[in-house]
Amino acid sequence: MKSAVVVFPGSNREHDAARALRLATGQEAAIVWHGDTSLPSGTDIVVLPGGFSYGDYLRCGAIAGRSPIMDAVKAHADRGGLVLGICNGFQILCEAGLLPGVLMRNKEKRFVCKVTNLKVERNDTPFTRAYDRGQVLAIPCAHGEGNYQADAETLARLEGEGLVAFRYCAPDGSIDAGWNHNGSLNAIAGIYSPKLNVLGMMPHPENHVDPAVGPTDGLALFKSLSMVLENA
Amino acid sequence: MKARITVTLKPSVLDPQGKAIEGALGSLGFAGVGSVRQGKVFDIELSGSDRAAAETQLKAMSEKLLANTVVENYRVEILDNHA
Repeated sequence: MKSAVVVFPGSNREHDAARALRLATGQEAAIVWHGDTSLPSGTDIVVLPGGFSYGDYLRCGAIAGRSPIMDAVKAHADRGGLVLGICNGFQILCEAGLLPGVLMRNKEKRFVCKVTNLKVERNDTPFTRAYDRGQVLAIPCAHGEGNYQADAETLARLEGEGLVAFRYCAPDGSIDAGWNHNGSLNAIAGIYSPKLNVLGMMPHPENHVDPAVGPTDGLALFKSLSMVLENA
Repeated sequence: MKARITVTLKPSVLDPQGKAIEGALGSLGFAGVGSVRQGKVFDIELSGSDRAAAETQLKAMSEKLLANTVVENYRVEILDNHA
């Protein structure tokens, strides 16, 4: 399995993403600069990591979403290639038009840095097959603009087509506004593209991959990817 | 030629920053503030003097980068340049 992690000016979680990929797959990820116009040949999965690309100037992810490398990322996604955007990477995917909607300022206007409970909506996707459906994961969030918003038509399509990947939930898995820390519509924490090959999510699964630092609920996401590609 | 693009949040979109500013104005004693919405202004200098071409270009800039039309509206103005 060949993976590539894209670095934009201001990305800061690329090494954590690469480390999670290494732990799950046993292989090193290529680090790709945003100014490049192509991905390494044979790339199976592209990760857009967290951080503050371009200092969040203009809008979070707006300038990175128009970087030279993004044409190659779009072409990869159009071919059915896997793309994972985490935190700022999710914002970039929305700004680039690979995913619908937008991540707005958190409802309470605060940067939120804490472990959140995430409900796995479905486990028949390339990103979640190592999880159980409805499983509750402990995954950290660290963002100021994670409030997912979309127009009513888009939201209905996401829900109707099963494109919600994760929701913020209570520890027992129930969906309760009190646990929706950023005000996202329908407590959405992550969404898929219609073909389920692009996933954008605000929480950081790459933070929870090593027992030395706590829970390892994030590791199965990266393991899921390697399972898909081994069976391909 | 000078131009100004004003980007504002669509009325249906929650604006937490505007709300915070609204609260701050109230606490400073400014009475009667119904609501505040925060937006962005881009002042752009363009070469050339073709107004119609400039407007087309400014709209394209707005659509492609300056505004996220999922949640924002934009307005393009050509400012008369007497300088």
